Amino acid sequence: MYTYSDTDHAYLAERNRQFRQQVARRLDGSLTEDEFKPFRLMNGLYLQLHAYMLRVAIPYGTLSSAQMRALADIAERWDRGYGHFTTRQNIQFNWPKLEDVPDILDALAEVGLHAIQTSGNTIRNVTADHFAGAAADELADPRPVAELIRQWSTDHPEFQFLPRKFKIAVTGSPNDRAVTRAHDIGLRMVARGDETGFEVIVGGGLGRTPMIGKVIRDFLPRADLLPYVEAIVAVYNRLGRRDNKYKARIKITVHEHGIDTIRDLVEAEFPVRRAAFSGIDQQVLAGIEAQFAPPALPARDTGTYDAAYATDPVFRSFADTNLTAHRRADHAIVTVSLKAHGAVPGDASAAQMRVLADLAARYGHDELRVSHEQNIVLPHVARADLPALHRALRAAGLATANVGLASDIIACPGMDYCALATARSIPIAQEIAERVEALKIEHDLGALKIKISGCINACGHHHVGHIGILGLDRAGVETYQVTLGGDHTETAAIGERAGPGFSAEALIPALERLLLAYLDLRHGRDESFLAAYRRLGPAPFKAALYGAEGQRDAA
Amino acid sequence: MTRRPALKAVTANHLRGGHVVWRTASGGWSQRLADAHLWEDEAAAQIELIDAARETGEVVGVYLADIAQGPHGPEPVHFRERFRAEGPSPAALRSYAPQVH
Repeated sequence: MYTYSDTDHAYLAERNRQFRQQVARRLDGSLTEDEFKPFRLMNGLYLQLHAYMLRVAIPYGTLSSAQMRALADIAERWDRGYGHFTTRQNIQFNWPKLEDVPDILDALAEVGLHAIQTSGNTIRNVTADHFAGAAADELADPRPVAELIRQWSTDHPEFQFLPRKFKIAVTGSPNDRAVTRAHDIGLRMVARGDETGFEVIVGGGLGRTPMIGKVIRDFLPRADLLPYVEAIVAVYNRLGRRDNKYKARIKITVHEHGIDTIRDLVEAEFPVRRAAFSGIDQQVLAGIEAQFAPPALPARDTGTYDAAYATDPVFRSFADTNLTAHRRADHAIVTVSLKAHGAVPGDASAAQMRVLADLAARYGHDELRVSHEQNIVLPHVARADLPALHRALRAAGLATANVGLASDIIACPGMDYCALATARSIPIAQEIAERVEALKIEHDLGALKIKISGCINACGHHHVGHIGILGLDRAGVETYQVTLGGDHTETAAIGERAGPGFSAEALIPALERLLLAYLDLRHGRDESFLAAYRRLGPAPFKAALYGAEGQRDAA
Repeated sequence: MTRRPALKAVTANHLRGGHVVWRTASGGWSQRLADAHLWEDEAAAQIELIDAARETGEVVGVYLADIAQGPHGPEPVHFRERFRAEGPSPAALRSYAPQVH
C-alpha cells in the first residue's frame, strides 16, 4: 500500500491549516457564504438536506486497518456513529458540524486520507477494481497507475477549473469490475505480446445523458499513460462546453465532435505533453510500484476450509456467494456484504468498521477495499482462516451471503440525505431486499444487479443495472422508472426504459412479478436474468412488470 | 373544490450545525416547523426572506417553503420539505437508532 511521504504530509497539513482558517473566517463573519462555498467544496464539504456532508476519498478503494479505524473514530466522535460507502469508493459522513470539520480533516491526514477534489469541476477520486492485486484473472495490479494519477491530478494547476467534474477508473483485469466504460476516462490493462499497456476509453458516463465510453486508443504503452491522459484532459479543458452545465461533461464533447476528431486532437497534443514529462513520471511510478509489492502469502493447508465447506451449510452458502478466486489457490478474496436484508446499502456503523479493521489485521494482511458496489472486501485471506473469519463476521452481523444477488443492491443516499435527489432510494432498496428474502427466491434467482438512483444524476448507476430504478418527482409524488437490460461490465450496455413509472407502493409488487416471470422464462439456472433478457428481448419482462394489477397502479 | 394557496415559511440551514431551521414570528430561528411563522401574503413573505437572507452569520441557503395547515399543525406541501422537516426516513436510520441524537 502507498504510504504518504513527508512531502505528502506537509502538503496536506498546509491545506488543512488553510481550511481551518477559512472556516474560522466564515464563522466570524469575515467571509460570506458565497466566498466560502468554493473553499468548502474544494475540501469535500457539501451542505445537504439536513446537515453538512463530508465526502472523503478512498483512493482506488484501498484502506489499511488503521485507516478504517480512523473512519470509525470520526463517525463516532464527530458524526452519528456511521458512514456511507459510495459507488465512487468514497465514504460520506452525513452529520458533521462545520466547526468540527477542520479537526476531522486533521484526523484523516494522520492516516493519509483527505477530502480534496471530492467535489468541484476537478479530477475526482481515481477508482479501481476492488479485487486489484488479488484477483486470479488479473494481468497486473492497476493501483500503482491509479496512485500515479492521484498524485498527478491532486491540485494539478491546469485542471482545477475544468468544464465539469472528471472521473477516471482503472482495471487490470479483462473482467471489468470498475465500470470503466461509464467513466470520463476508463483504463483497461491489456497485453500485446509480452508488453502490457492500456486500452483507453473516453467519454463514458451515466447521468441525464448516459453514454458508453468509446475507445480512443486500443493499446497505449504503459510508459505513455500519464502524458496521454493529460493530453485528453487538456483537449477537454479547451473544447468542453462551459455554456451549459448539462452539456459540459466530456461524453458530450466526444459526442458533439466525434471520437475521431477528439482522437486527432489528443494525438497532436500528446507528444508535446510527453516531452514535458522528461521521464519523471516513470521514476515516480517505479517508487510507487515498490510500495504495492504483493503481501507475502505463506502456503496454507486448506483442510479446515474443505471440512467446513463439506459440513456447514451456512458457511458453504457464504463461500459460494461471497468468495472470489484469488491468484493463489490456497487463498480467497472475501466480499463482506453491507447489504443485510433491510440494511441501508453501503452504510457501516463505527462498530462494524472496527470489526472489519480487526479482521483485516488478523486474517487479511491489514488490507481492506471498498467496492463500487458498496461492500467491503478483504482481498487476501487464507482459505484455512475462512471458517474462523466467517464465525467472527456472523457474530458481528456481517456474514450475509448475498453478494451479487438480488438484495446486493446499489443505492445512492437519495432524498433521505441528498439535496439534489428527486425521490428516496434507501427505503426502496430495503423493501426490495426484504421482499426477496421473504419470498426465499434470492439464491434461485442467482446473479442479479439491481441499482437505484434517487435522481437523474445516476450516482446509483441505475442505467447499468440489470434492473435499474430511477426515482423522480412527478407532480409532487415519488415515482420510480424501471430500466431493464443494463450491464456495467466489459460488455457494458445502457438499460432500456420499460415504460411508465410506478408509485413506491406499486413498484415492489411489479418487481416481484418481474422476478417470478424470469424464473419461469429462463432456460435453467445457468441462464442469468441478463442472459434471458438478451435472448428474449424486453416484451415478456415488460408484460410481467405491467401485469394486469400493475397496469392499474402504474403512475 | 378550490385549493387554498399554500402558506409560506422562511427556512434555511444553520451555518454551524447544518440543521434545518425555520423563521419564527419574532425573527429568530427554530428547529421545529411548528414554531415557524406562516405568511399568507407572499409579498410579505418575500420581504421577510430578504431580511432573513441578511443573517449570513447564522444561516445558509434561505428560501420560502410552501406549507399547509394540517389537523396537527403546519405541514410541508411537498415531500422534499417533509423530509427536510422530519429528517431521513425512520427505516434509513433504524440500524443506528442508539447513535441518533
